[in-house]
Amino acid sequence: MADNQAIIQINGLTKKYGEKAAVNQLNLSVARGEVFGLLGPNGAGKTTTTLMLLGLTEPNGGTAFIDGKDCTRNPIEVKRIVGYLPDNVGFYPDMTGRENLRFTGRLNGVGEHELEERIDQLLERVGMTAAADQKTATYSKGMKQRLGIADVLMKDPQVIILDEPTNGIDPEGMHELLLLIRELADKDKRTIMISSHQLYQIQQVCDRVGIFVQGNLIACGRIEELGKQILKDGYYRLEMKAEPEDERLRELIRGVYGVEEIGDGPEGMIIRSNQDIREQISRIVVLNGYKLLHLRQCGQDLDEIYRRYFEKAGQNNGDNRNKKKIRKIMSLGRQDGE
Amino acid sequence: MANRETKGAGSKSSGLMVLYRKEMADHMHSKRFLIILLLILITSLASLYGALSGIQEAVKDSSDFIFLKLFTTSGKSIPSFVSFIGLLGPFVGLTLGFDAINNERNGGTLNRLVSQPIYRDAVINGKFLAGYTVIVIMVFSMGILIGTAGLVSTGIAPSGEELVRLFVFLIYTTVYIAFWLALSILFSVLCKHAATSALSVIAVWLFFAIFMGLLAGIIANGLFPTENATSMQTVMQNYTWNQNLNRLSPYYLYSEAVSTILNPSVRTVSVITVNQLSGAVAGYLPLGQSLLLVWPHLVWLLALTMIVFAISYVCFMRQEIRSGQ
Repeated sequence: MADNQAIIQINGLTKKYGEKAAVNQLNLSVARGEVFGLLGPNGAGKTTTTLMLLGLTEPNGGTAFIDGKDCTRNPIEVKRIVGYLPDNVGFYPDMTGRENLRFTGRLNGVGEHELEERIDQLLERVGMTAAADQKTATYSKGMKQRLGIADVLMKDPQVIILDEPTNGIDPEGMHELLLLIRELADKDKRTIMISSHQLYQIQQVCDRVGIFVQGNLIACGRIEELGKQILKDGYYRLEMKAEPEDERLRELIRGVYGVEEIGDGPEGMIIRSNQDIREQISRIVVLNGYKLLHLRQCGQDLDEIYRRYFEKAGQNNGDNRNKKKIRKIMSLGRQDGE
Repeated sequence: MANRETKGAGSKSSGLMVLYRKEMADHMHSKRFLIILLLILITSLASLYGALSGIQEAVKDSSDFIFLKLFTTSGKSIPSFVSFIGLLGPFVGLTLGFDAINNERNGGTLNRLVSQPIYRDAVINGKFLAGYTVIVIMVFSMGILIGTAGLVSTGIAPSGEELVRLFVFLIYTTVYIAFWLALSILFSVLCKHAATSALSVIAVWLFFAIFMGLLAGIIANGLFPTENATSMQTVMQNYTWNQNLNRLSPYYLYSEAVSTILNPSVRTVSVITVNQLSGAVAGYLPLGQSLLLVWPHLVWLLALTMIVFAISYVCFMRQEIRSGQ
């Protein structure tokens, strides 16, 4: 990615709360028109990063620029071109959706004659025209999120930062939201940065992702690239279902060269190995009179990438409690996605 | 639409104006504001009724400045308008400000607000200014209402000096209530929950209205015991200390100031000896001299308000604003 294309440019950004670094030496650049996913468990420092990008909290070191504007020194200019949809976005409950948008528009200096036109346009776009004149106290979570998108678009931003946009939204709403996000990038050519812990949704819309664990960006790139990276490290997982699944079969598989561990998954066995053993496994199963029902190489999807990188980070820190926490979060992410 | 730049996005003052207008509209439409208005209205009318019933007695003593007596005279069991406002004023300030910041924070609107291209201080300034405007409107309408009702019922027209004194009294009242507004905004910045901040303001209010006097007495007596009245000096010291400690309280300060303004026969706000008084001609203090007496009170009230607001300003500017916490 050439530097002159990058609209978000972060160099060595660090934020410390006491001794603990919430964000540690972050280097990142996001190109114009790109959808970038910032992934990580809760408390990894994603929100802190977005706050620093908006100049809402001061970094202890490093710089961040959006479209050439310093996020720490010149936050007003930055906020003029950056729309931010916070996690759990709130609206004034006594005002209608339309009034809330009008207020935001005025804060952004949108002229009165242009204001109403833009509000109508945006309400239409996010599908909130019907509910526009109800008080926002009556809105559901999904409606608030859609109004939040309209609210962000009121200032006609070049960059949009979405913090956990898919939290607590039903599958249908999720689908619409993701379509809308994609459209904002493709049609409007806006740059979008999504921070989330929900992998599946992010996988669908992001051009690139960065994986964030305990303040460190441990991996960054296209999803396929990250997948390949993992395979190169000698990390293979095979999901297999055979009948009958008895001890003898397990013994046979354990004998295959390269197998490290056999576990149980939701759809049969999970076999971990340090090389590609699909061929050997299928042969052994069939030659010994078992029926092979299902065989799948994991590791190409984000879930696997995520898990792998988290395990790496967990090992480096030697902190087992964190690893457990990360596993738990990942399994949650998985349920959400399926 | 995508490629159109948003032009002329809010300069410092326009962001403040937008917020100010929204806050004003919020106050005007809120039920809470109506309730407070009703409460003040009822107590004002009650105190007017009390004043009208007690005014005959008051007029017997002296028949000058009768119009002002409408505000300072108390009925048999009903306190005067001035003491009502002294007690209820804090309540108005409290109602207007106790959830100013924490409500926005908890509702998730604050982080949406600060991510707009406005200076962060516009948020707290807008809230304070809108609250103060509401206070001014409320106080002056009440003053005019009581004045009119009194005028109609007594038939005595106020003199020019009385009107000016009344005006100064209303100004002091707005500053006094503004102090409580600033204090409640401070607690709304510091406390996460609106209920906590409301209770904190009430605690401060009770302290100043009730316990400050007791405390000042205890400290003064401890420093300069007067039981075996040793010397005139000690008695003087005791009294001065008691009074100065009391004057730390905005409640005392306000009461002292407005009773001086509304009552021209008050010649001094500090202790004087019989010696100093001998040879003095009994008469009313001119308006200018009355104002001179209470000028320090206004300065101290303003200073208190500004100190409290400055603390909340600094705290608010330094706070990190994030959602879901």
